[in-house]
Amino acid sequence: MSPGSAPKGAAGLRADDVPPPEHPKGAKALAGGLAGWVDDRTGTARPTSYLLKKVFPDHWSFMLGEIAMFSLVILLITGTFLTFWFVPSAGQVIYNGSYVPLKGIPMSEAFRSTVDISFDVRGGLIMRQLHHWAALLFTVSITVHMFRVFFTGAFRKPREINWVIGTILSLLAINEGFTGYSLPDDLLSGTGLRAAEGFIQSVPVVGSYMAYFVFGGAFPGEAIIPRLFTVHVLLLPAVIIGLFTAHIVLVAVHKHTQYPGPGKTNDNVVGYPFMPVYLAKSGGFFFIVFGITALMAALVTINPIWMYGPYDPTAGTAGSQPDWYMGFADGALRLFPGFTEFHLFGFTLSLNVFIPSLIVMPLLYTIAGAYPFIESWVTGDKREHHLLDRPRNAPTRTGLGVMAISFYLILFIAAGDDLIAIKLGLSINQIVRTLQVMLIVVPPLAYWVTKRICMSLQRRDRDLVLHGHESGRIVRTAEGSFFEVHEPLPEPERWALVQHETLTPLRLTARVDANGVERKSTRRERLRAKVSSFYFTDGVQSVTPAELTAAHHDGSAREAIETGQDGSDSGSGDQEWVGQLHGGAEERPETDAYASHDDGADPASAP
Amino acid sequence: MSEQGTESAGDQANEPGAPSSPEQGLGHRPGQQLDELPGDGPGGTPERFTNPGLSPHVPRSADLDEKAARRAERQVATLFSVSMLATVVFLVAYFAIDQKSYTFIPGIGQASLFNIVLGVSLGVSLLCIGLGAVHWAKTLMPDAEVAEDRHPQRSSDEARADAVETIVSGGTASQVGRRRLIKYTLGGALGLFALPLLVQLTGSLGPLPRANLSTTFWRRGMRLVRDPEMTPIKASDVALGSLYHVLPEGIDKSEHVLEEKAKAAVVLISLAPGDIQVPKERDWGVDGIVAYSKICTHVGCPVGLYEHRTHLLLCPCHQSTFDMSRDAEVIFGPANRPLPQLKITVDAQGYLIAAAPFLQPVGPSFWERG
Repeated sequence: MSPGSAPKGAAGLRADDVPPPEHPKGAKALAGGLAGWVDDRTGTARPTSYLLKKVFPDHWSFMLGEIAMFSLVILLITGTFLTFWFVPSAGQVIYNGSYVPLKGIPMSEAFRSTVDISFDVRGGLIMRQLHHWAALLFTVSITVHMFRVFFTGAFRKPREINWVIGTILSLLAINEGFTGYSLPDDLLSGTGLRAAEGFIQSVPVVGSYMAYFVFGGAFPGEAIIPRLFTVHVLLLPAVIIGLFTAHIVLVAVHKHTQYPGPGKTNDNVVGYPFMPVYLAKSGGFFFIVFGITALMAALVTINPIWMYGPYDPTAGTAGSQPDWYMGFADGALRLFPGFTEFHLFGFTLSLNVFIPSLIVMPLLYTIAGAYPFIESWVTGDKREHHLLDRPRNAPTRTGLGVMAISFYLILFIAAGDDLIAIKLGLSINQIVRTLQVMLIVVPPLAYWVTKRICMSLQRRDRDLVLHGHESGRIVRTAEGSFFEVHEPLPEPERWALVQHETLTPLRLTARVDANGVERKSTRRERLRAKVSSFYFTDGVQSVTPAELTAAHHDGSAREAIETGQDGSDSGSGDQEWVGQLHGGAEERPETDAYASHDDGADPASAP
Repeated sequence: MSEQGTESAGDQANEPGAPSSPEQGLGHRPGQQLDELPGDGPGGTPERFTNPGLSPHVPRSADLDEKAARRAERQVATLFSVSMLATVVFLVAYFAIDQKSYTFIPGIGQASLFNIVLGVSLGVSLLCIGLGAVHWAKTLMPDAEVAEDRHPQRSSDEARADAVETIVSGGTASQVGRRRLIKYTLGGALGLFALPLLVQLTGSLGPLPRANLSTTFWRRGMRLVRDPEMTPIKASDVALGSLYHVLPEGIDKSEHVLEEKAKAAVVLISLAPGDIQVPKERDWGVDGIVAYSKICTHVGCPVGLYEHRTHLLLCPCHQSTFDMSRDAEVIFGPANRPLPQLKITVDAQGYLIAAAPFLQPVGPSFWERG
């Protein structure tokens, strides 16, 4: 290539040379330079341009997963920094650093090095607090991202695998967090490890053996800190990064889901190309997340281990709580009643510890991971879904999700029961009893209330579609009665409210085989029909064009006027109000398309 | 935009993964092409509404007005400049500020100036890059939505058949099915090869617990000493209603101090003998002074919150509450068993000593504890 300084259009050395006016300056240099060199050897031009042209839809809720992704990057950066100074050893030393209150106190090397990072390594405290804040942000954003995916039905085919991967990632993330905050060997984290040892001991039959294997002997021992370190900086990060990569590759393979709206179909993805829009937006968002985390690290102290002091198995503190993401497990431990420990034939079965500490967490995650398969079995829907549900349009799923969240939240609140008792001056006993009752009562209630709210919102949508916006204009008719003019919805706005399909329950059908013998339905089929009707019996249908037409023609209070002039005399003054004559003081007639729609299918919806 | 969603919507309406259950009314797919407009009256009314297609693009002020575009450019450039400035502040502060200087900062209080300046400048430098890039994307980069087609994930039938064929024919070519001897020995070898790794790992992780969990450092005749002063306690010095954190004498000289302390920690409580409601508790103590394991029987936290008027000892971790006037019976919380009592007496000099080691395992439950 001739020197790149040749001006546009002057490149033609021969008469039939095609000048490259379409390419902006530098494009040719890119093709001929390093990128060309790489492509000559790897053939990456096509996949590169494919990926750069990839379209991503725009929505704030899609940024939740991005926050998780970016916090992971921040964690990797800051975590690598910390490894340069952190000493993962439980060997006992006497502190003689610059933090005066701890001088002369025996502590582990792990704790001393963490104090050194905080006070003697220049900028070390910023890195430590960045790491801890990013960890909290990581787990929060994973959780909220999971909520978004659940409530919009983004886990449906073909994304079930990615949902399972995400569930595992969430579980690994909170355990990565636990191994991380246990490393400094301060009083709080040591107490956490003490409890963890108790959890492991509670495993039936082999508990004490497992505990001795994990801790390399009696608690606390000198093995656990280096072992946790390996798990925290090598094992779990490797698995997390591997699964995260698979997660992202699958997002690219499936193409991102999108919210329903005008022009958005199940067969397209509408949005902006990665190059340049999302490169700037997403790349910029990384810096925003990093920047905000840095500001938090600068201004808000997190985990001041120098105030807790080194771990001492005989010391305890009131108000000891784990990091937030372990709160639900701690809460489960506090609420699970003590009478579930049994002493049989000379053996101890400590279910009061074993179930809340080692069963609840994997169980909740298994249920979460299995949900897409349960729902697709219930719906019998084997199609691909790329358009997201509005949560209200899937009332049962939304109800179940809120039920799960309420269960989780009560466990989470229980983890702070002692703080609540102290701050509010309440009896800890009453708080625990109340939470125990709430744990059983509230989730079903939350399900029911949420489902009803969803259905009300769906009916409101129907109302809006059928009757339009209130315009605030009062019109007096020739007879002297008054009504308010309703403006029909603009088509794009209406589409968002009517585009969804409402599933109906699967019904058992008596099938007849070739010999005319009726085949009995199996128990499995009956169960499926039952669950399906639990899901969809009281579904609120979206408005159909026929219903809208009916509402315009005879749904109004001015039925008499309209029917008299329907379609015949478009020039008449009254015809002007066809389709807008709603909201008068009169009762709706029985024939009203809106009022009669529910058709008794949903008795609970009757006012 | 290159294409409208509705134009391609109908193409894949009959994809292979169509509803499999014939008995349900799944309705039409969203976005299905329908020619009729809604409201055509009976006969002409479609079953579902039609996707109206993308709304027309509304140009931004920067698209129409070069002045607005230049303003946006200046804003982006300002943000990037602030970022550079903040980076310089960071670098200067890193070398200039004394790490040990503490300053009063409104809203925060006494805080490390070094940490705050470093963190805030780092944060601002990062944040401004991000805000600048996003502002640039939102004001100046193209904002007309484009649509990209999706394709079903499922491979074509030929591709699937080909994959199956490759696997089956490869398996046949290897003769794995025919050569039984190879099949079974391979299975055996693959099944066994992980065992050495597994055995090495589990076999070497830790010692067997044996009786270790059931024994403590306490021996008969050992003096009770204060934790952490390690001074012996005279029975006559113990005031009514007081609580001592206690360890066995000599534990600080033992080989595994922390491991022994984790089991041997004891609380010494002085009750009025009349308040003690269990004879055994009174008999194992000295004039109402009783000693109990400090390790919670739930998951092993040190039990340390004592309310001397109610004689209740509370675990700070999970709020198990032990009634110390009733042989440390659990009256509330997730623990099940009372704290084990250490039988104590006094020696010739009047110091409290253990009359016997713990007679049952202390701490959290485990299967073989009995």
